[in-house]
Amino acid sequence: MKFGVVVFPGSNCDMDCFHVVKNVLRQPVKYIWHKETTLDGVDCVIIPGGFSYGDYLRCGAIARFSPLMNAVVDFAKAGGLVIGICNGFQILLESGLLPGAMLRNTNLHFICKYVYVKTENSKTAFTNLCKKNQVLKIPIAHNEGNYFIDQEGLRMLERNRQIVFRYCNQTGLVDKKFNPNGALANIAGITNRGGNVLGMMPHPERSSEGQLGSADGFLLFHSIKKWLENK
Amino acid sequence: MLQAKIDITLRKTVADPQGLTIKHALESLGYQNLADVRMGKLVTIKLDTGDKQAAEADIKEMCQKLLANPIIEDYSFTISEE
Repeated sequence: MKFGVVVFPGSNCDMDCFHVVKNVLRQPVKYIWHKETTLDGVDCVIIPGGFSYGDYLRCGAIARFSPLMNAVVDFAKAGGLVIGICNGFQILLESGLLPGAMLRNTNLHFICKYVYVKTENSKTAFTNLCKKNQVLKIPIAHNEGNYFIDQEGLRMLERNRQIVFRYCNQTGLVDKKFNPNGALANIAGITNRGGNVLGMMPHPERSSEGQLGSADGFLLFHSIKKWLENK
Repeated sequence: MLQAKIDITLRKTVADPQGLTIKHALESLGYQNLADVRMGKLVTIKLDTGDKQAAEADIKEMCQKLLANPIIEDYSFTISEE
């Protein structure tokens, strides 16, 4: 299984993702600079967190026009696995691979802390090793994670089971009280209709080894590997 | 030379936490008659052309492609002689 980590100017979680795939998942992985035009045979694309293009204009708005994004869009449309984390999620929204948009956190703060998310769909390429409704402890670190979509869009997401993660408490209760950023319907992560593109605000690469406080995020990387092996 | 001024604001149906916080700050300064405060962006673009009609078409396209996100934002613009 070959993984590719996309690097934009301003990406800052690229090395963490690379480390987890190489040293924890123990799979081949390479960096792909955003000026490249091909993905060169990778099985899964990771768009990491950070501040691509300084978050100028809107988060992810400029990165989506990088040359490599054309290849990422083609790869995703052909069913390839793409996971966008934090700024990567924002880029996937701006590129139209995922529906909706991000607003500033309702409290206007950059929020950096561990949160709990409930796995609402454990049958995806990214969550197949999670138990049904499993609660994961994964950190967030963002200023624009306040997910928005119109009511019709929300109905579509719910009908098609595209909502993969919702913010919750330690026991899995989804409530406004446990919503850190104001995201609509406590949404922390969604897939596209085909289920092969995931965007999520929490950082699984920062919680893939026990000594960091949680290894729950590793379930995602491990799920991807298993999914690709069984394909 | 023409100059375009583009206003980008969050759509009315979208909550604007920055606008709300500014409203609260203004109210704490004693301004109690505020119905609503919305925060937006202003982009100015100078165009090296005299063709206003073509410039309008270009600016509209720029707004749709990059400058505004139609899911959450509205835009409006004016173009004037520099």
